[in-house]
Amino acid sequence: MTLMALDALTVRRGTRPVLDGVTLRVDEGEFVGLLGPNGAGKTSLLRGALGLLPIGGHSSLAALAPGARARAAAFLPQGREIAWPVSVETLVALGRAPHGAADPGHPAVALALARMGLDGYRGRIATALSGGEQARVLIARALAQETPLLIADEPVAGLDPEAQIRAMQVFAGLAGEGRAVIASIHDLGLAARHCSRLILLHRGRLAADGTPREVLTEVRLAEVFGIRGFHAETPDGPVFQPLGVIR
Amino acid sequence: MKSVFFLLALLVAALFVASLLIGPAGIGFGDSLAALFRGEGGPVVLVMREIRLPRAILGLLAGAALGLSGAAMQGYLRNPLAEPGLIGVSASAALGAVIALQTGAAAAVALALPLSALAGAGIAVALILLLAGPRGGALALILAGIAISALAAALMSLVLNLSPNPFAGMEIVYWMMGSLADRSMTHVALAAPFILGGGLVLLSLGRGLDALTLGEDAAQSLGVNLPRLRLGVILGTAATVGAATAVAGAVGFIGLVVPHLLRRLVGARPSALLPASALGGAAMLLAADIGTRLIAPDADLKLGVLTALVGAPFFLQLIWSMRRVEA
Repeated sequence: MTLMALDALTVRRGTRPVLDGVTLRVDEGEFVGLLGPNGAGKTSLLRGALGLLPIGGHSSLAALAPGARARAAAFLPQGREIAWPVSVETLVALGRAPHGAADPGHPAVALALARMGLDGYRGRIATALSGGEQARVLIARALAQETPLLIADEPVAGLDPEAQIRAMQVFAGLAGEGRAVIASIHDLGLAARHCSRLILLHRGRLAADGTPREVLTEVRLAEVFGIRGFHAETPDGPVFQPLGVIR
Repeated sequence: MKSVFFLLALLVAALFVASLLIGPAGIGFGDSLAALFRGEGGPVVLVMREIRLPRAILGLLAGAALGLSGAAMQGYLRNPLAEPGLIGVSASAALGAVIALQTGAAAAVALALPLSALAGAGIAVALILLLAGPRGGALALILAGIAISALAAALMSLVLNLSPNPFAGMEIVYWMMGSLADRSMTHVALAAPFILGGGLVLLSLGRGLDALTLGEDAAQSLGVNLPRLRLGVILGTAATVGAATAVAGAVGFIGLVVPHLLRRLVGARPSALLPASALGGAAMLLAADIGTRLIAPDADLKLGVLTALVGAPFFLQLIWSMRRVEA
């Protein structure tokens, strides 16, 4: 089943389109990595798809009423904001609000905390945690929303290697359960290793869409990122390592 | 956390009773209650029902209004330095009151002053909504509020400046210090609907403010209607603070300090902080008003002077201890 359908999605800043006519759909069971250099339009795509920006074209999520949208897709914004010194469980329980009450006792809260390796953190004050811990708490909040689709803007930036791999495995696990995740990500190696599908944006347009092997070709890497890289299939799965700048 | 609410409610109740029992007329405990509830005791009945009861009720209402709107404003702007006066409503209400005093309308008709203050608050809200737009962000709201406050302050100075009568000038200065003395049940009847109505609006915003803890994008993605939340904050604050200013004058610091004091005690959740701050604000204003009667019964010590005098050092101490924790 299709969880998100974008048709000629366009986002403008002033008169300049920062996202120009992107058409794509995300189906159940997919873990989509959204790639592209800075300013390629990744955040605009994710926010526009949710209707958080004025858009041209059509987005199936933006067309929903706010309450229904909150039960269809969870969003993890790039800016990791925690305004008040609330406890971790209170913060994660905010994800339950679209389903009724923000109840810290709900099983989804415990599950989300366990998935992010935060079992001992329940009573800790969220603002007193380190940046990486806060990022994990915020991912747990989005998981607790238990939506068919999770939209995450740079969820693993700034995490330590263990937490990065853990988060990617959690996202892949959600896809395995028949849900779907679309996450913007700068680490091409992590994306190649864990995502089932990659979408490459370049200057606001869709440059490539397919499996990691199909998308991360030498020609595209040179054209879009201006880098060359090493790509191999190993017993651990696909490995990609950027090696140098070519521009 | 339940015990926090219980203790606050108990404190408010005790201060309310104390406010009824303490005054220059030196009436005994039993006589006071007999007069209040059974109407026994001639002039004492008048003192209790016409002077002390409205004063205590207004202290309760205005304090709750200031505490509640302070918590809502801080929650909406996600900034612990926000206070209800930020959107310019208190300054505009004060301007309305000052104009009523200057023109002599306040002396001719008893309710001219609070009505004029409410009109000032109403104009400020209309201006805010016009300037900050229905879809604008928090920054537009703050800037519009600052502009309106500055304009209202300048116009107040102009009124004082042009005042031909030094007594009117003195009266204006005294009024701006804030007081609950010599208020009647008519003042209660005028302010209560706005404070209760606005208060209900603000209390209903708890869930949206909770979600805003995660930022505007995350809150919207959780199904919060931000433009509606903003409208609720503006209208609720305007109604409560406008009415409180109209009957009590400019009383500062409560809207800023009370949410600060109570935030950690209720687990920092904005939805819990709203009712707690309403109770805390009521307790603080009632206590300050009792203070004005006890400290200098004959000098007519002004309420706003006392809240700022006590509030500011308290606030400094709070910042000092926060600094040490964060360092």
